[in-house]
Amino acid sequence: MAHVALADKGQELAHPKTWIGAYVWSQDHKVIGIQYIITATLVGLVALALSAMMRLQLGFPGVFDLIQPNEYYSAVTMHGMIMVVFMLTAFFLGGFGNLLIPLMCGARDMAFPYMNMLSFWVYLASVIVLCASFFVPGGATGAGWTLYPPQAITEGSAGSGMGIILMLVSLALFIVAFTMGGLNYITTAFQARTRGMTLMRMPLSVWGIVMATILGLLAFPALLVAAIMMLLDALLGTSFFMPAISDLGEVSSTTGGTPILFQHLFWFFGHPEVYIVALPMFGIASDLISTHARKNIFGYRMMVWAIIAIGGLSFIVWAHHMYVSGMNPYFGFFFATTTLIIAVPTALKVYNWVLTLWQGNIHLNVPMLFAIGFIFTFIHGGITGLFLGNVAVDVPLSDTYFVIGHFHMVMGVSPFLIVFGGMYHWYPKFTGRMLNDTMGKIHFWVTFLGTYAIYLPMHYIGILGVPRRYFAYGSLDSFPDSVHVINTSITIAALIVGTAQLLFIYNLVWSLFKGEKASSNPWRATTLEWQTPDTPPKHGNWGPELPVVHRWAYSYSVPGAREDFIPQTEEPSENTKGDVH
Amino acid sequence: MTATLIVLAVIMGGVVFWLIRQTLNVQPWAEEGPIGQDHASGPFSVQPAKVGLIVFLAVAASLFSLFVSAYFQRMEFGDWKIAPEPFVLWINTAFLILASVFYQLARNAVIKNQTAQVKSNLLIAGFFTFAFMGGQLWAWQEFHNSGYVLSGNPANAFFYVLTAVHAAHILGGLWVWSRTLFKLQSIVETRKVRTSVELCAIYWHFLLLIWLVLFALLLST
Repeated sequence: MAHVALADKGQELAHPKTWIGAYVWSQDHKVIGIQYIITATLVGLVALALSAMMRLQLGFPGVFDLIQPNEYYSAVTMHGMIMVVFMLTAFFLGGFGNLLIPLMCGARDMAFPYMNMLSFWVYLASVIVLCASFFVPGGATGAGWTLYPPQAITEGSAGSGMGIILMLVSLALFIVAFTMGGLNYITTAFQARTRGMTLMRMPLSVWGIVMATILGLLAFPALLVAAIMMLLDALLGTSFFMPAISDLGEVSSTTGGTPILFQHLFWFFGHPEVYIVALPMFGIASDLISTHARKNIFGYRMMVWAIIAIGGLSFIVWAHHMYVSGMNPYFGFFFATTTLIIAVPTALKVYNWVLTLWQGNIHLNVPMLFAIGFIFTFIHGGITGLFLGNVAVDVPLSDTYFVIGHFHMVMGVSPFLIVFGGMYHWYPKFTGRMLNDTMGKIHFWVTFLGTYAIYLPMHYIGILGVPRRYFAYGSLDSFPDSVHVINTSITIAALIVGTAQLLFIYNLVWSLFKGEKASSNPWRATTLEWQTPDTPPKHGNWGPELPVVHRWAYSYSVPGAREDFIPQTEEPSENTKGDVH
Repeated sequence: MTATLIVLAVIMGGVVFWLIRQTLNVQPWAEEGPIGQDHASGPFSVQPAKVGLIVFLAVAASLFSLFVSAYFQRMEFGDWKIAPEPFVLWINTAFLILASVFYQLARNAVIKNQTAQVKSNLLIAGFFTFAFMGGQLWAWQEFHNSGYVLSGNPANAFFYVLTAVHAAHILGGLWVWSRTLFKLQSIVETRKVRTSVELCAIYWHFLLLIWLVLFALLLST
């Protein structure tokens, strides 16, 4: 049968002969994953630099004078869009997805390696187009990451010329790249698993990434539809979103368009997008916690169902971003209810992580520190989400720093902690060297405590009513002086945390050459990627024979077993009998 | 967003139902040994390419359903002026139905390994598809000449956008169609193109279905 040949096509893989074939135009999922990670990291650093400029402006207004108001708006927009789409989505799905899915499922490569390669190059093109928008006349778009029309394309607002056009083109390219990658992730996870790897033996990382891919494939078209229609509004004068606008006595040629339609389309993508980032984060966190607590994940089946349930529910909560746009009160009630319901499977996952830690043999190494730190930040960000999910609470808090504090905690800091945890965890497998432990611990503590110094005060000034997206606040009587003091302290904390990320980058490069040599399974983990014959795995991953899976991914501290972990590939024997309960 | 929600509810409902059923009574912690499939195949007994196509069709279904939802939402506003559809769309619809029929015949022939029939049916299917595309261009021309320009009214804009996005999907299909035809010229064994003929047939039926939905939408509003 054709599909059998696909899963075990060691001989059929085209092994590249040249350096360029192996590392540039590579069809190897590991190289593509690393290409994704490097690109996402670089563009993430751009976004980090933008936030430093914004914080300097807010913390010390008028002192540094690095950016003008229009550039501030561009910085706000680009920081948000880069971090959410081009950094986190690309990193989790393009990066970790590519690295982990074939290895964890026991496949030699992705189902369609050529399309996988194209996916990366189109992604790179989207990043280049996006970054080019900094340099066009009028600068990058300053419409906020939500790109709401009419402001986004109305003459006079920041980057309303070429800036917004390039942003929309870049997003369209990203969606094409994501679709090509996504077809691979799903087909590989469902069709190319090795013998014995049933769905319920897959590590939760794979579950999270695959479900996130399903969400992405169904939700990104909404953004594409919105982008196509906005491009037509901006370039060809249609009125999908653009209402009639009277500006200084001049009436625009557009008539009767509805910005609310854009908001629906944007958030129909935008809310699942939160879970496109969150589900891989949940999955990877589960694997980090279980491995480093030397204990099976608590409630594996419940964890899988929670991922599936969150995926399904994430499509019917989008309008909770639009309470202030005006809607039928019954709709508001509906969306508030679904928002609270989606918290149930999410909370269930949190309980299960904590219960996995309970009485585990916790190894406080760097990946584990990040995973435990993530539980804290995610609970904080999640709980404030419950506040904002209620219409009556959301309306006064809308567009204040409370919202900024909330979403940075829940989908900024939390996924980044897992990105870092995952990098410290899997770096040895893909480079053959360990990351430096001391630098890792400094990185963790500065980042973890620092983010609290940044985002907790934001909740406070948000409750005081300080609005987001302001270039400078001047001396408004309605804010107490503490707001200015807090803004300064947030900036100082942000600069320190930002610098700590450079230490991480330095560690990544330094360890590549000087890091301690890693054994093939340094964390004594059970999953398949740690059982490869070579470290780093060669093209084709598995040598002549594909691995055969004999058990689930979480056989840690099995009573009566020789060691405190049993690899998924180990055949059942007297020593492992304790595995059966 | 009702139209989108219905389409996505069907897709997500299918995914969730299937996944839950696969995972319901499984106790992975209690089982040992290489259980599950006999081969390194997936849970579906079809080729990976087919799974890839089906996933892509779900993406396309989501895209078109979002356009339809946007159409319904935009229609509610006062400036919407109903435009009469060019009559040629009826003829185009007939062309696309014929293209789909002949693609199905090509598929049936490829299963029976009848090279000559595969070739002729593929060519006819391609011919009708090109006729459809030409007819769509004609419809645009006619629509434009009657004064229904793109920026004139959102109803016109939607007409152009929906037909253009549909045509873009057909173009993608025609690219695969031309590659299949090219391969048929150069290789002896017909069964080597079997997958692409089979998958293209599914794709053509899907695009016909999408067109019928879009055409009905345009006619009824």
